[in-house]
Amino acid sequence: MLIAVGSLAVMGLALGGVLGVAARYLAVEENPIEAELQAMLPGSQCGQCGFVGCAQAAVALAKHEAPVTLCPPGGKALAVALAAKLGIKADLSGVADTGPQLATVAEEICTGCCRCLKVCPTDAIIGAAKQIHNVIREACTGCGACVERCPTEAMTMVPVPITLQHWVWPKPVVAVA
Amino acid sequence: MGLIERFFKEPRWGVHPDDHKRPAADAPLRMLPPPARLYMPLHQHVGGAARPIVLVGQKVLKGELLADAQGNISAPIHAPVSGTISAIGEVTAPHPSGLGFAAITIDNDFAGRWIETDPVSDPFALAPEEIARRTGKAGVVGLGGATFPAAIKFALGKRLQVGTLIVNGGECEPYLSSDDRIMRDHADQVIDGARIVMHAIGAREALVGIEDNKPEAIAAMRIAAAPFPEVKIRPVPARYPMGSDKQLIQTLTGKEVPADARAAEVGVLVHNVSTCAAVHKAIRLGQPLVERIVTLNGGAVKTPGNLFVPLGTLVDELLDFVGRVATPARLILGGPMMGTPLLHGRIPLVKGASGILAFDAQEALIPAAGPCIRCGSCTRACPMGLLPIEMAAHIRAGDLDGAVGFHLSDCISCGCCAYVCPSHIPLVQYFSHAKGELMTKERAKLRSEATRRLAEARVERVERETREKAAAAARRKAERDAAKAKTAAAALATTPVTQVEGEIA
Repeated sequence: MLIAVGSLAVMGLALGGVLGVAARYLAVEENPIEAELQAMLPGSQCGQCGFVGCAQAAVALAKHEAPVTLCPPGGKALAVALAAKLGIKADLSGVADTGPQLATVAEEICTGCCRCLKVCPTDAIIGAAKQIHNVIREACTGCGACVERCPTEAMTMVPVPITLQHWVWPKPVVAVA
Repeated sequence: MGLIERFFKEPRWGVHPDDHKRPAADAPLRMLPPPARLYMPLHQHVGGAARPIVLVGQKVLKGELLADAQGNISAPIHAPVSGTISAIGEVTAPHPSGLGFAAITIDNDFAGRWIETDPVSDPFALAPEEIARRTGKAGVVGLGGATFPAAIKFALGKRLQVGTLIVNGGECEPYLSSDDRIMRDHADQVIDGARIVMHAIGAREALVGIEDNKPEAIAAMRIAAAPFPEVKIRPVPARYPMGSDKQLIQTLTGKEVPADARAAEVGVLVHNVSTCAAVHKAIRLGQPLVERIVTLNGGAVKTPGNLFVPLGTLVDELLDFVGRVATPARLILGGPMMGTPLLHGRIPLVKGASGILAFDAQEALIPAAGPCIRCGSCTRACPMGLLPIEMAAHIRAGDLDGAVGFHLSDCISCGCCAYVCPSHIPLVQYFSHAKGELMTKERAKLRSEATRRLAEARVERVERETREKAAAAARRKAERDAAKAKTAAAALATTPVTQVEGEIA
């Protein structure tokens, strides 16, 4: 009996030691889910979630410290995807989903003050002092940062127009038997 | 023996719907008197929309360039009649959504004056690249419905050293007979066009596949091809979708095009018979693609048949010409299996329009869909060897990735599965929906990557600017200090001199 107890104790100590060493040398410095979450976020660092950027938001999401509905540009679709990734049920009641949006300049109101282009996280607005500004649609993420900065309310958010290239056949409606 | 051969030769895939091709196919070709106003869309092909180069009020001749190709894959648009440009704006697109797209409006002056053309009497003396260039400039695209710019396909065929040109005279869609008509009436143009394409891609032989339900076309093509042993007329069994390139290639050559590969990679290139005729016109006559043959058919058409029409004509004007028995219950551009439903008739005809079908109430009837009974009919019918039953089940449950696992990307949307389904499940709509959603997802992914790059570039730019500003400020300060030191030094240097001078004095 002593031999059995002894050998098991030795084995336990040895394997415990191995695990201890492994935990020290093979430690994962960053939660791998953080990188995955960051890849899902828009990446425009607009700061509307209250964090400095998307990376910080991803860290908070991974720790379940922030709600999945934190990203306004991502909308409902992103909230659902994040909830699926984190394996939690999302409360979507608070999300006012307007669908993907784009910033547009009302050219007759724009004074060419250049304030909007300084806050655009993706440099999607072009313009110069006292020249009418314009938005490059392909680069706009719809974060809305420019709308708050505009002194003349010339910046507005409009839904992304549906074109022939974007239109998708609707899913057939299944009659419930 | 004949029976056994037939049993083995008959393809196991596909369906055999009533073809409804006659009497429309047998009616002689009619010319549509050009309408007073035409709408020439800028996007009638796969790839980028053409860029308009004309101004409103400008007078143009028939065949004059209206919009130039833009981007790597694109095709130019030419004036279908002579007249005046009256507007450049939006018209309804031939698309199930009923959304609009840009078009150039031309008011016909009924003079029918052609622009000066540049005919080539001996195309075989031209370099293959020159043929591709001329075909591209003439705006020739695949007229079977795919509307891929023909010149780009030539270049691809030349690069991959395609040995065989397959001329697609399958026309397997029921009701349609525009290809049948061009083979009967202009077999010489088709054969000449095919030989020009062979020269352009460096092919050694051309196989013309024609379904055996078009004996008149086969006879006419045989006569036209008799002097050219390299062009072989090959009747193929009439079976839908024989006109699909992958099925026709397999039937004629026995080669199967792998998934995610192009036909050129197995050494063949497919061109439609109407495209070949358009290439003939583009090279021999120097005429751009501005007219085509269109089938007008369906229960609501009084005199079904084929019309030779200028592109940009409204569907309503075609229906006025052939007459309506009743108000059409449904309008379709193309065939009944794969065509595009049109919401109304104020839609211009585009290059890829092989037919306009006006169905009466009985033809347009869609039976209510029932539950799937797992009979497996769709699996037997699928010409691509897929499992429509499984793909649809995954899509119904919202599992698009599951459907991709069943090779949704190989689906050619031919509609065989939905045609045979005893429960009338709209299977193709499920697949089209899923393909669209997946494309949207893919686009969103690319977009977010681009956004990230832009955001990073901005951060870098802001940092660089701050750095540069600081450096400039430091430089200016250094310059100021240097200047100050210099003046001080100068002041120091001058004082002793005066002192010395003073001493001398």
